[in-house]
Amino acid sequence: MIQTLDQIFVLFKNWLVGFLPAGWQVAAGVVLCVIAIIAVYPALFAIAVLLERKGLGRMQNRYGPNRVGPFGLFQPVADGIKALVKEDIVPLRADRVVHFLAPVVLVPIVFMGFAVLPMGRHMVLVNMDSGLLFFFAMGASTELAVFMAGWSSRNKYSLLGAMRAIAQMISYEVVLLLSSVAVVMIAGSLSLVKIVESQNHYTGIFPHWYVFTPWGLAGFLIFVVASTAETNRSPFDLPEGESEIVAGYFTEYSGFKFALFFLGEYVEMFAVAALGTTLFLGGWTAPFSFLGWVPTWIWFFAKILTWICVFIWFRGTLPRLRQDQLMNFAWKFVLPFSLLNLVVVALWRFLGPGWEQWVICSAILLVAYVVMGRTAFTLKNIGPRKYRYAE
Amino acid sequence: MLGVGVLKGLGETARNFFGSYFSKERLTTVQYPEQRIPTVENARVFPFLVYDGPEWDAGMRCVACQICEKECPPKCIYIEKSKDKKPDYVGKQQFYPARFDIDVSVCMSCQICVEVCPFEAIKMDTAFELATDDRFGGLLQDRKQLAKSNEYYHQIHPTEAAEVDGRLAEEKAKLEAKAKAAAEAAAAKAAAAKAAAAKPAEGEK
Amino acid sequence: MSIPIFVISVLTVAGALAAMTLKNTIHCVLALTVAFAGVALLFLGLDAQFVGFAQILVYIGAVVILVVFAVLLTRSSETPEEGSHSRTWFTGLAISAGVFAVLGWAVLASVNGLPNETAAPDVNVHKIGNALMGRYVLPLEIVALLLTAATIGAVIVAMHEKARTK
Repeated sequence: MIQTLDQIFVLFKNWLVGFLPAGWQVAAGVVLCVIAIIAVYPALFAIAVLLERKGLGRMQNRYGPNRVGPFGLFQPVADGIKALVKEDIVPLRADRVVHFLAPVVLVPIVFMGFAVLPMGRHMVLVNMDSGLLFFFAMGASTELAVFMAGWSSRNKYSLLGAMRAIAQMISYEVVLLLSSVAVVMIAGSLSLVKIVESQNHYTGIFPHWYVFTPWGLAGFLIFVVASTAETNRSPFDLPEGESEIVAGYFTEYSGFKFALFFLGEYVEMFAVAALGTTLFLGGWTAPFSFLGWVPTWIWFFAKILTWICVFIWFRGTLPRLRQDQLMNFAWKFVLPFSLLNLVVVALWRFLGPGWEQWVICSAILLVAYVVMGRTAFTLKNIGPRKYRYAE
Repeated sequence: MLGVGVLKGLGETARNFFGSYFSKERLTTVQYPEQRIPTVENARVFPFLVYDGPEWDAGMRCVACQICEKECPPKCIYIEKSKDKKPDYVGKQQFYPARFDIDVSVCMSCQICVEVCPFEAIKMDTAFELATDDRFGGLLQDRKQLAKSNEYYHQIHPTEAAEVDGRLAEEKAKLEAKAKAAAEAAAAKAAAAKAAAAKPAEGEK
Repeated sequence: MSIPIFVISVLTVAGALAAMTLKNTIHCVLALTVAFAGVALLFLGLDAQFVGFAQILVYIGAVVILVVFAVLLTRSSETPEEGSHSRTWFTGLAISAGVFAVLGWAVLASVNGLPNETAAPDVNVHKIGNALMGRYVLPLEIVALLLTAATIGAVIVAMHEKARTK
């Protein structure tokens, strides 16, 4: 019974595909899975938008939207209708073709990342050998869409926002890659299915998730920071900050194209959160061994929604970082720390199982963090501001 | 250590989030059209004309001195003096405004008209829901719209209204006392004159 | 040659041609992106997963962005009134035809020299990793040194600019 519930989507797909002749079955199965992904993630997007507005509201001592349905639950429907019927304005001197293509390029690329993520036991669209590399390739391609959006608007602020966004995304992409390489070193494979399988063991009731190891915790924290920056979320949302540069690279978009960009941003958030759970939080495995009866896809989506709540929590708490502060943080703190993390992973592997690996690796990481943090503070010359030209 | 500030901030926001379901102080929103925050006593929005008694045109305190019209910085008040006079609260005959228009869309709520009025006739109202869809005349308020009773003034600014009433009553009492004294003096004089007139008449007889 | 590979090749060549003939420089860069994507799809069609995804990650994700930055920061991105026609186009055409002929002859000659293989080679990421760390570790380290030198050079050039403007 538990097995059936766990594999219910796979069984349903097999039953549906069984109606077709044998030659068509594989292709039909793939098409069905794609349709499922395209149906599920926009629904999750609606939930995430609602969660964000209500959650941010409560954190800011106010209600979120509460008029449209009971407790404002139909607000995403209202937003969707608004986006559909709004007038689609393209600036007069904007490059129409590229202006149209930018959201069209962004949304499919963002959805392609889900092709390699295992959403439950045996529930991955394509079990690629180099799945992680595919995911990062798709992540890198989204920067192109951002540039197209910013440049085609013929708006110097959009272009500036796009340049900043690309610079930020490239810097934090490197960091993201390095923190995932740590996991790959231990799991021994780039395939995300194998990475989840290697976390599917329990000692007693505790799982072997990578986040519960010293290098895993460091890698996880780096991944959280880098994924917040990669998807242009607060506190790294200078390129799209509403009070700074209107809306950055999607200033000139209105109506449905804006809705597509918004969708692309949130779905990218989901994708990156899903990657983070797969790499560090054990993907679809249950947190305690006695909870193994709950279907695995429920754990996966629960973990993704928890990440989203954490992203919303960060947005409600932290002030925005300035562009140079952001870039300094990436290149001067997070990147060296993630390189050190790689060395620590190698050391972990080298020391073999036992108490030495825990103590030595934790000590190295903790000392490095404290030392780098303190030098960062002292080098920053925190004091009254000095001007270059004014005096 | 790096990151401690972030954790403290996250804790504070989490407290806000969970506390907003339990305590009123962490959720200070009112559901606007159904509930309203009671206005503070010192709130001021746009001016109105005060009238004493039950009828607005008989009891209006304004005597069309036009000081507020001259002092208004954006010149949003327009007054036309009447040709005849009517008695005011002490009984003296005063002019009254035949037209008193304030363009509320121009008014900047500076309260200068209130400060300079010698007759306590114009005061600040606290009603702000004046939105209208008539873009040209909808916010031009005339004499009848501006006239509001003294009881209303007591409702919105109780201490101020009580003080104004006290002052006016004091002035009235002073005038009455003066009038009484003058009447008594006149009566005494008349009596003295009568006695003086009666005495020579008696003497003549 | 199967249909998908044919279509992808046409797409790649079309992208490359567009990159040469379009007037607006940014449009050229975007057409170049299409050409890069076509090459990546060709790699994937030949079952070379690692190289295909690395092509997307490196070329489309980084090289195109670099080219875009270079175009935007160095010349005005206004559309030139006329296309870039050069007067020596016939010589250029002749030379490029000559190079193409030499390359084509070399490729066709080498195909006959390969042994007949019935099955596609089984290349997975493990084998690539082993090869990189085992047989090809010297080129790997040299490439790493080259990249480090390039990064340091860029930083030094940028720092000198800052020092001079100060």
